[in-house]
Amino acid sequence: MSAITHHTPDAMLAAYAAGSLPQPFALVVASHVSLCVHCRVALEAHQSAGGAVLETVDQVAVSGNLKADLLARLDTPFTPQPVVKRSGIFPGPVMEAMKGRAPRWKALGAGVRQDILMASNAGSVRLLYIPAGQAVPDHSHGGLELTLVLQGSFTDETGSFGVGDLEVADEDLDHTPVAGPGEACICLAATDAPLRFNSLIPRLLQPLFRI
Amino acid sequence: MRSGTSGHQAEEIVQEVMLTVWRKAAMFDPHRAQVSAWIYQIARNRQIDILRKERRPEPEELIEDPGAEPDASQILALEQESTELKNALSRLSGEQREMIEKAYLGELSHQEISTQTGLPLGTIKSRIRLGLERLRHELKGIR
Repeated sequence: MSAITHHTPDAMLAAYAAGSLPQPFALVVASHVSLCVHCRVALEAHQSAGGAVLETVDQVAVSGNLKADLLARLDTPFTPQPVVKRSGIFPGPVMEAMKGRAPRWKALGAGVRQDILMASNAGSVRLLYIPAGQAVPDHSHGGLELTLVLQGSFTDETGSFGVGDLEVADEDLDHTPVAGPGEACICLAATDAPLRFNSLIPRLLQPLFRI
Repeated sequence: MRSGTSGHQAEEIVQEVMLTVWRKAAMFDPHRAQVSAWIYQIARNRQIDILRKERRPEPEELIEDPGAEPDASQILALEQESTELKNALSRLSGEQREMIEKAYLGELSHQEISTQTGLPLGTIKSRIRLGLERLRHELKGIR
């Protein structure tokens, strides 16, 4: 695997550690951390900082029967959550979001395909499949967009992104990502608002495709 | 448990955290984290489970080299880092400290966290160096 050069911003790792990231972004960050030793360690550092905060904040008394209730629950049967493993290019958290199955691609035209993994008020996450050399329609977004490359590569106005790289695009970035040559580019993309396309036809299609 | 949780829910979370600690105790690796960092992570997860009714996506677990010997110097180094981190926290001004507590206790949005610059980054960076060394060492063992 080529070296990862675009990492999760530190503040976003802190927000992930604190549980403050909306679910779609948390999925992308957990996937990036699964691929990136550097960010894993940085996340662990934030968890240490969180632990240090826990050790130093004022304590709050709990009610008297909490201990008894807890002791009573220790013996209740417990089945651990099954661990969903990485499969091919898809890291564990993505496999978990797909419930262990292969992606269910839907054609968007011009060879571009998507599989929406999660969509709610908090935003959405999708897998995007972009044929080599193909451009994703020029778009800007209402909020923040995180794009993690899982296969192939893409280039836009801000730089070049290979496997494991994470692009963070805010609403000011109006960009046209183009998939690199060779393999098709497969990305995990999350937004906290719907994307807006700048040309008319994609914009008309947008409600249909939820892209 | 801050962040506006009702007393009842907060206690439910406390119970869930303690249960999880009990059930997962065997998975705790003192080479990788201090107990407080491990419990912090569990507490954030359980709080999201209970308050938001959703499961936070988590990174893949690293597979430990089964033959790895316990490394006391690594555990000690982590312990020292943890003490330093706590000292760094206590040296902060009241206002900075409050901001850090809010950030790590989930009282700030991710946008608010990215505009805060007061996080004790110096100490975190030395923690990162230590962690990277350890991970490189471990991953070499696996390959």
